[in-house]
Amino acid sequence: MRRIRGTRRGLLRAGVYIRVLRLRAPRAGRGRAGLLGAGRSGCSRVGGARGFTGLNFLSWKLCVTIMRLVILDNYDLASEWAAKYICNRIIQFRPGQDRYFTLGLPTGSTPLGCYKKLIEYHKNGDLSFKYVKTFNMDEYVGLPRNHPESYHSYMWNNFFKHIDIDPNNAHILDGNATDLQAECDAFEKKIKEAGGIDLFVGGIGPDGHIAFNEPGSSLVSRTRLKTLAMDTILANAKYFDGDLSKVPTMALTVGVGTVMDAREVMILITGAHKAFALYKAIEEGVNHMWTVSAFQQHPRTIFVCDEDATLELRVKTVKYFKGLMHVHNKLVDPLYSMKEGN
Amino acid sequence: REDLWVRGGCILDPEKLFFEERRVADQQRDCGGCILAPGFIDVQINGGFGVDFSQASEDVGSGIALVARRILSHGVTSFCPTLVTSPLEVYHKVLPQIPVKSGGPHGAGVLGVHLEGPFISREKRGAHPEAHLRSFEADAFQDVLATYGGLDNVRIVTLAPELDHSHEVIRALTALGICVSLGHSVADLGTAEKAVQSGATFITHLFNAMLPFHHRDPGIVGLLTSDRLPAGRRIFYGMIADGIHTNPAALRIAHRAHPKGLVLVTDAVPALGLGNGRHTLGQQEVEVDGLTAYVAGTSTLSGSIAPMDTCVRHFLQATGCSVECALEAASLHPAQLLGLEKRKGTLDFGADADFVVLDDSLHVRATYISGELVWQAEEARP
Repeated sequence: MRRIRGTRRGLLRAGVYIRVLRLRAPRAGRGRAGLLGAGRSGCSRVGGARGFTGLNFLSWKLCVTIMRLVILDNYDLASEWAAKYICNRIIQFRPGQDRYFTLGLPTGSTPLGCYKKLIEYHKNGDLSFKYVKTFNMDEYVGLPRNHPESYHSYMWNNFFKHIDIDPNNAHILDGNATDLQAECDAFEKKIKEAGGIDLFVGGIGPDGHIAFNEPGSSLVSRTRLKTLAMDTILANAKYFDGDLSKVPTMALTVGVGTVMDAREVMILITGAHKAFALYKAIEEGVNHMWTVSAFQQHPRTIFVCDEDATLELRVKTVKYFKGLMHVHNKLVDPLYSMKEGN
Repeated sequence: REDLWVRGGCILDPEKLFFEERRVADQQRDCGGCILAPGFIDVQINGGFGVDFSQASEDVGSGIALVARRILSHGVTSFCPTLVTSPLEVYHKVLPQIPVKSGGPHGAGVLGVHLEGPFISREKRGAHPEAHLRSFEADAFQDVLATYGGLDNVRIVTLAPELDHSHEVIRALTALGICVSLGHSVADLGTAEKAVQSGATFITHLFNAMLPFHHRDPGIVGLLTSDRLPAGRRIFYGMIADGIHTNPAALRIAHRAHPKGLVLVTDAVPALGLGNGRHTLGQQEVEVDGLTAYVAGTSTLSGSIAPMDTCVRHFLQATGCSVECALEAASLHPAQLLGLEKRKGTLDFGADADFVVLDDSLHVRATYISGELVWQAEEARP
């Protein structure tokens, strides 16, 4: 049995390391000895004859550990793929009165297209958020809740006001709480009480951060107060009329560890300005200076990108994962609908 | 595309409701993609549907109520009943019978009375009866009080600033919170500017019943671009955009010179909503023919009979301005004139939920006052 570098998390996983190893040693079959056949995704290109073709990729009971890099041609297609995936996940979960689907949500410009598509599915009657609980990743400290740039305003305007979620189930950290650490602890508690997060959707900063876990953040961190890095402040200045003095310098954020606890993680990465961060996140090692790299050690992660975001990756990596798109697309096609009573 | 949220007769901030009270809507009404605009405010309307506000009667209240109810179909949610030049007895009898009143299913709200006259120019009296015109006596403000019999319920007074002692009257009225308007006047620009400096804020039906614009003395019209107005003060001006009282080219000139001051008014006469024929206005007879009303036997225009929504549509078409601009001229600007812009003429959070549902061609489909449906077009009814 070939020893796989990195952690073992219950079942053996097919993570980035396996891919990297395979690419360096392209002979089919190497590195698979000892792995559970059911743990692999997208293996049909390499060693398809080895018995994975009969796998039902939509069956989560079999496919437990996965890393996918899903590459779409452009931002709109990437947003749509991500939205379809979320839609299918919620519907297949069959949420109900005593069974809420918990979703972690991001803010920023990247997920806007995804939110728009989810709203479209809702307005068509295909998707309801009645039995969905959401937990946002972060919120600025000291910004009034109704400030147009607060994450409360963002979520209200771009998502909540268009869907049928119960306001009691939409959780966002309160950056104006009197005791900020207590607010963070309470948030962690709420997540726990909700049964943990089923799917945490996130983005990536140009400096490779997830949520506001800036370079240097502990990879096992929990929800806490963070001071923002200059890169982040500069990136956010465009939302504050380009005036750096107006940008908040502190924020409450879920920790890397908090997101790692989610049963599944989906990271949206679009645009050339994120390309280097994506490279660092998946082609280099796990490193607290690029906190998204922590997800190399998560049992179930999907990176959804557009072409531009892959510009810094090796051609081999991109070709490999693009070749797997016909497999990835089975996750979003057919697109389920609550109308059909699925 | 946005949703409008209403609670307790006021417009609500839904984001606050979601995050603080954690509540959703109890009732939802689909307006089918129609335009939601603040309810129109008519600050100059002399009557309508056979009712003449300037007629002394024992039961002025029911006349007001009838007009208030019928103008809901024109999208008007608040108005200022207007009294033309009349003898003292009429003022003393009628004014106390027109209290300020909130609107509702019974009709549009009464914001206060607009007294157009009798302190106006003989030369520019228009349809006002000459016999009852007045000028200010030595103790001008007392004269005013004596004429009207009291200023309760009064919201706007139109007067001619060239009359002697007008400035002390303007100052006194302004101090009482009454809006002073310049109209039916032969004042030159200098006199008009002094009147504004004393407190006047409105011009009654621009171009009509005043000296025409002259390039060396623009007269009252020159106030639109005057640089002698007190700092921070905006002059508003009423325009009757029925296509008859003002040539569309003149409407455009005024709009382009000072778009933020334009207030659409109907100056509607009792013949509004009635057919062709002879009807009564103040102390005189008028003749109605189509969309035009004349002083019987003359070619002097005698007020308009175009409803407010017709004026809005005509204004939009004549000036080519944006839909928002046209709607603001009928709602936000009159509210600003009367200092009510926090509560009326706007769909801001906290304002009264007086609004109209309009289709894309700005025809009124439904009217709401304080969040309650008070009128609905026939086709829209279930």
